[in-house]
Amino acid sequence: MVNWIWLGMIVVSVAYGAANGRIQQVTEAAFSGAQTGVTVCFGLISIMVFWLGMMRIAEASGLVGALSRAVAPVVRWLFPDVPRNHPAFGFILSNMSANLLGLGNAATPMGIRAMQELQKLNPDPSKATPAMCTLLALNTASITLVPTTLIAVRMNFGSAHPADIISSTLLATIVSTGAAILADKWYRRRSGRLPPVTIGPAQTETKGG
Amino acid sequence: MLSFLHALSAWAIPMLVVAIPLYAAFRKVPVYETFVDGAKDGFQTAIGIIPHLVGMMTAIGMFRASGALDALVDLVRPFFERLGVPGDVLPLGLLRPITGAGSLAFTTDLIKEHGPDSMIARIASTIQGSTDTTLYVLTVYFGAIGIRRTGYALKVGLFSDAVGFFAAIAVCLLLF
Repeated sequence: MVNWIWLGMIVVSVAYGAANGRIQQVTEAAFSGAQTGVTVCFGLISIMVFWLGMMRIAEASGLVGALSRAVAPVVRWLFPDVPRNHPAFGFILSNMSANLLGLGNAATPMGIRAMQELQKLNPDPSKATPAMCTLLALNTASITLVPTTLIAVRMNFGSAHPADIISSTLLATIVSTGAAILADKWYRRRSGRLPPVTIGPAQTETKGG
Repeated sequence: MLSFLHALSAWAIPMLVVAIPLYAAFRKVPVYETFVDGAKDGFQTAIGIIPHLVGMMTAIGMFRASGALDALVDLVRPFFERLGVPGDVLPLGLLRPITGAGSLAFTTDLIKEHGPDSMIARIASTIQGSTDTTLYVLTVYFGAIGIRRTGYALKVGLFSDAVGFFAAIAVCLLLF
């Protein structure tokens, strides 16, 4: 699906830009977009280096393991295919709490760390597992308690009650996260219904002839 | 309640930064060496995201610059207005999953134009605040571990964005 969206955006952009005499702008945007990509990644370096260092200390001290055992009963429902007490649970919880508190720059490294743990359980490292899709769904829906940026913007423009969007944002984010979890469960069930790959004795019968 | 939440956000990071090494030192972990050891991976991980993010940002930049995004918005606008969705916030529904900076700029513009306490501004702020940028999150998280086939993740992300968009509008119309 990403392939088609990506190709679609590029083809439509060039075709539409050509038809409207904006081809120069499209060309410029291609390169400034590439530049933005690199700039964003360079901004990520310091954050990643710092938090991965911190997370390694948390891991070595046994904090991540303790956290994993503590939350496993709750989080396991969302990630049934991750083994009990796996360290991934600790990082998943850290990632979700950071999101909840609106600590965007801590949430990303913790989420990536959780993905790296899930990648260790992945039989095909180029293909996303259901557990990775679930973690991604939780992050794109991103439950937030305090939308700090938006409150600041409204404050700048002289709002009488800049923080009154907290209630609406919380309700909307709960609905969208709920939708993400339901959709995730639905896709998991659907992929689970596919005929299972037969291993062992079943194969020997067909090979016999 | 609000000031408590703000304080929680402000104190969470300093508390973590002091509590984690302190606990580790108590458990006899060589904290500085361990920090450096883990931090080493940060550089590689961030650099590994570059090709993914450059690819995505290029396509998004072209799409916006060509005017195709605006045209798409105009195309679906009448349909959404019939559903009771204010036309002005509609572009946000399309922008939000694609570009975080772009949709924030658009939201800021709406707040400036309609006043921060208008219904449009509240709806836009709620949409902007209640979800994250799906394409960006997908690119960064999967890029960091080298996932190329994304499974059903994008479909779920876009579905929850759509649900969140309508939920934000409905919630605002009911609450304010």
